[in-house]
Amino acid sequence: MSPAQNTHPLEHIRNFAIIAHIDHGKSTLADRLIQTCGGLEEREMSEQVLDNMDIERERGITIKAQTVRLLYTAKDGIEYQLNLMDTPGHVDFSYEVSRSLASCEGSLLIVDASQGVEAQTLANVYMAMENDHEIVPVINKIDLPAADIDSAKEAIENVIGLPADEALPVSGKTGEEIDDLLEAIVKRLPCPTSQDLTAPTKALLVDSWYDSYLGVVILVRVIDGYLAKGQKIRFMGTKATRDIDRVGIFTPKKVMLDQLGPGEMGFITAGIKDISDTKVGDTLTDEKNMCDTPLEGFKPSIPMVFCSLFPIDNGEYEKLRDSLARLALNDSSLIYENENSQALGMGFRCGFLGLLHMEIIQERLEREFDLDLIPTAPSVVYHIHMNNGTMIELYNPVDMPDVVMINEIHEPWIKATILTPDEYLGGLLQLCQERRGEQLNLTYVGDRAMLEYRLPLNEVVFDFYDRLKSISRGYASFDYHVDDYKTEDLVRLSILVNGESIDALAMIVHRSQAERRGRQLCERLKDLIPRQMFKIAIQAAIGGKIIARESLSAMRKDVTAKCYGGDISRKKKLLDKQKKGKAKMRQYGNVDIPQSAFIAALRMGDE
Amino acid sequence: MNKPLSLYIHWPFCLSKCPYCDFNSHVADHVDHDVWLDSFKTELSYFKNTVEGGRVVSIFFGGGTPSLMKPFVVEGILTHIHDLWEVEAGCEITLEANPTSIEADKFQAFREAGINRVSIGVQSLNDQDLKFLGRTHSAQEAIKAIEIADKIFERRSLDLIYARPDQTLQGWEEELTRALKIIKGHVSLYQLTIEQGTPFYTAHKRGDFSVPQSDKGADFYELTQAMMERAGMPAYEVSNHAIKGQESAHNLTYWRYGSYIGVGPGAHGRVSIQGQKHATRIHCAPAIWLERVREKGHGLQACDPLSQEVQQSEALMMGLRLNEGVHIEEINLDKGRLNHLIEEGDLELSLYTLKATPQGRLRLNSVLSYLYG
Ligand SMILES: Nc1nc2c(ncn2[C@@H]2O[C@H](COP(=O)(O)OP(=O)(O)O)[C@@H](O)[C@H]2O)c(=O)[nH]1
Ligand SMILES: C[S@@+](CC[C@H](N)C(=O)[O-])C[C@H]1O[C@@H](n2cnc3c(N)ncnc32)[C@H](O)[C@@H]1O
Ligand code: SF4
Ligand SMILES: [Mg+2]
Repeated sequence: MSPAQNTHPLEHIRNFAIIAHIDHGKSTLADRLIQTCGGLEEREMSEQVLDNMDIERERGITIKAQTVRLLYTAKDGIEYQLNLMDTPGHVDFSYEVSRSLASCEGSLLIVDASQGVEAQTLANVYMAMENDHEIVPVINKIDLPAADIDSAKEAIENVIGLPADEALPVSGKTGEEIDDLLEAIVKRLPCPTSQDLTAPTKALLVDSWYDSYLGVVILVRVIDGYLAKGQKIRFMGTKATRDIDRVGIFTPKKVMLDQLGPGEMGFITAGIKDISDTKVGDTLTDEKNMCDTPLEGFKPSIPMVFCSLFPIDNGEYEKLRDSLARLALNDSSLIYENENSQALGMGFRCGFLGLLHMEIIQERLEREFDLDLIPTAPSVVYHIHMNNGTMIELYNPVDMPDVVMINEIHEPWIKATILTPDEYLGGLLQLCQERRGEQLNLTYVGDRAMLEYRLPLNEVVFDFYDRLKSISRGYASFDYHVDDYKTEDLVRLSILVNGESIDALAMIVHRSQAERRGRQLCERLKDLIPRQMFKIAIQAAIGGKIIARESLSAMRKDVTAKCYGGDISRKKKLLDKQKKGKAKMRQYGNVDIPQSAFIAALRMGDE
Repeated sequence: MNKPLSLYIHWPFCLSKCPYCDFNSHVADHVDHDVWLDSFKTELSYFKNTVEGGRVVSIFFGGGTPSLMKPFVVEGILTHIHDLWEVEAGCEITLEANPTSIEADKFQAFREAGINRVSIGVQSLNDQDLKFLGRTHSAQEAIKAIEIADKIFERRSLDLIYARPDQTLQGWEEELTRALKIIKGHVSLYQLTIEQGTPFYTAHKRGDFSVPQSDKGADFYELTQAMMERAGMPAYEVSNHAIKGQESAHNLTYWRYGSYIGVGPGAHGRVSIQGQKHATRIHCAPAIWLERVREKGHGLQACDPLSQEVQQSEALMMGLRLNEGVHIEEINLDKGRLNHLIEEGDLELSLYTLKATPQGRLRLNSVLSYLYG
């Protein structure tokens, strides 16, 4: 079978990504573009149609990148093929953004007219530039009364360095100026280059996910040659060969085609059952006519934040394992391995891209797989340099070796960029200082301060982001990347209940913070652990030294006031419920600690 | 066989629903009393034919608001009971009454129908608090109803609810002092329970008010005990006080884990069927109950045999509420846990009796769940 010519010549194809700080309106704008190009009828439009995971809809965030092919007839009378990628905006998912960008030639950079340039706006622009993208700045939400187009333009010029007069004011909500935007996409973004239908096939594996109906679906961008139904292809990285059984695009509805030609984006299926058989960034080629050199590929994502997840019900260990495997199907950045905790039983130590990623995974496990989990405190990876010259990567504070054998402990530091209205600067400086930060730079962008800091990641995984948002009433934005490892005076803080150490609450902290943290945790636990039949001592310790203590007195009153004949069964239910509640508790000595106490204690920040 | 048997009749209607109450009660525009009388009679007959007979030692009309029943219904039921069973002489026959004037006016007719004891839901002696509790009577009306009851019935009891939203210890001490003047023979003093599925639950959760719980609740309870002991009416059960001989025979059946039949929507029972103790439960919805009784002669939703083990735990659960404790000849309990509770001063064990101490009774739910933990 010989390949057909593309329906659209290369000059009439535009591949572009939509990038922005979270909530600046990418998904909404994508909706408008889809609607204007007739991808969906009015009645089929739901809000943020590309966010199709429940959790995406609910949290209003895009987690996975999404792609759509649209047909647009421009003012010059020519029909263009637009391949649009909606990308996640949150810092945790910047890895997803970077690979979406690699498959496009241009970006629409969305800036919320009422918010201006934010930290992730910058991070995304830099990523787009690294990918040699042509960038069209778009000022969104101009329908808002608080929209300040002039300030947004000024920031685009002064902070980002793109000419302000190139920015297009639009509203994704009302659809104002969407036509101009479509014209700009066609006029200002480049078409794909240097592709050839007859050259050996070379295609980029942009993403893959498991679909219960289709099996593993692979999102591809064809560089040279074509991908067609029935073709035998080779994955150059994994060296696997497969027959393509389906080729298609999203409009955003799935539409099956016979082939994807040079410059085009779409999906294929190739009888793959397991997502781990596909490697994001891999190069696809024709088995019979292979290209010489694979594409550059992507750096694998590195998990930065770790925590352990234990099923409350030990019997659910296998279910947790299967559920994690299911999630990992569509999330190559989620890693996990078994862990056996003395107190919490069998579970998994999991690695995440960041805190949001961690929260989302936990939520999905609980919601979609109906698991009840005890998560431990989030932690980072420490490098423990031993006296004997070896280095141990410490993923879990519980595993910290005996201090006498340790020479130095190194912890990861990040470089953070914070943009904030001037009035919150003082509070944010103080926050960074408290978190052992080192100020690198402070500049002004109009009335916004741009603060650059070096911070220990450990101090950020706690509740830094929440604090930043609350100090700045939500106005400050934050982005970071990992910088290097640095030696510090770190100690292991343990929490004891009636003399028994709770491994799930063990954490590594800077010596200067240990006492404060310990005291806080004890106080917090005192409020969180329900009164019991017996008195309880709660202590914090570094090594054998107790640095804080609290005691919880015994429960005095707990009896049903009115108990008549009909109530026996009801009261039994109450007791059964208490018993069931107990199953949700962990016993330390004779003390029952409910799961909620763990979660709340672990969520603890400075208050 | 002539074992003692108690009968409970549930009347599931009220004039309005109190925001703290999660009892099976409904507000209905129209109730056909004739149909209800027939249905009660049918269900009673069903039980007579199914469960092992006995001699009726107490009858209790509970609700809902049974004082809304037309007296002929009460009379019809009692006549039917006499037709079916042997009723012991002096059998205690109680009816729960709300203290509105309309209901008090019916007391004489209830007396004539065979009622010899009323339990009056006074709840509070403060008008403002009564309003907050969603009650449709005033304190004055309640006192009036008590006066009428005293002229008509040889025995009566009152219900009061304390540890109410934002109530202070001092406020309760003052109120109970006033209440003691009208308490005679028997009184139930209930700490307010915030029940799921009631408007109070939502309001409490939302933080609209706080109720004394835990330590504060314990303070309220201990104050109450001290005052009632001084008044010569110590508790014989967690929330019930009586002078000697005036204890509620019907409720003692529950707490001593005796046999009782429950008829009417939502009623529960513990009855013996072919030598085996069963737990019975009747459909809660009035309309379904009527339909089932019409079609099948009863509204049973469940009738489950109880294992020896469950029986013992139920007997303990109820019996430890009583001052007198539980008679046990054979202990099937975790000895370690039992001893621990005895050491902690929650339970006392003598030759054949297991008793909760005042400390233990005050936290009986925890004691039980520890015992069975
Ligand atoms: N007023 C107004 N609101 C918008 C506009 N575009 C998006 N929004 C709102 O901004 C929020 C974030 O939008 P979304 O598209 O999810 O942003 P994303 O995180 O960048 O994908 C949602 O509540 C949208 O309804 C706009 O043009 N005008
Ligand atoms: C179910 S009521 C029926 C009697 C009658 N309808 C009345 O309200 O007076 C029986 C008693 O239970 C008590 N009670 C009901 N709900 C309660 C709650 N949430 N907490 C404590 N006692 C309650 C009240 O004292 C009430 O008098
Ligand atoms: S407390 Fe009594 S009157 Fe009020 S709703 Fe409950 S049963 Fe009816
Ligand atoms: Mg989005």
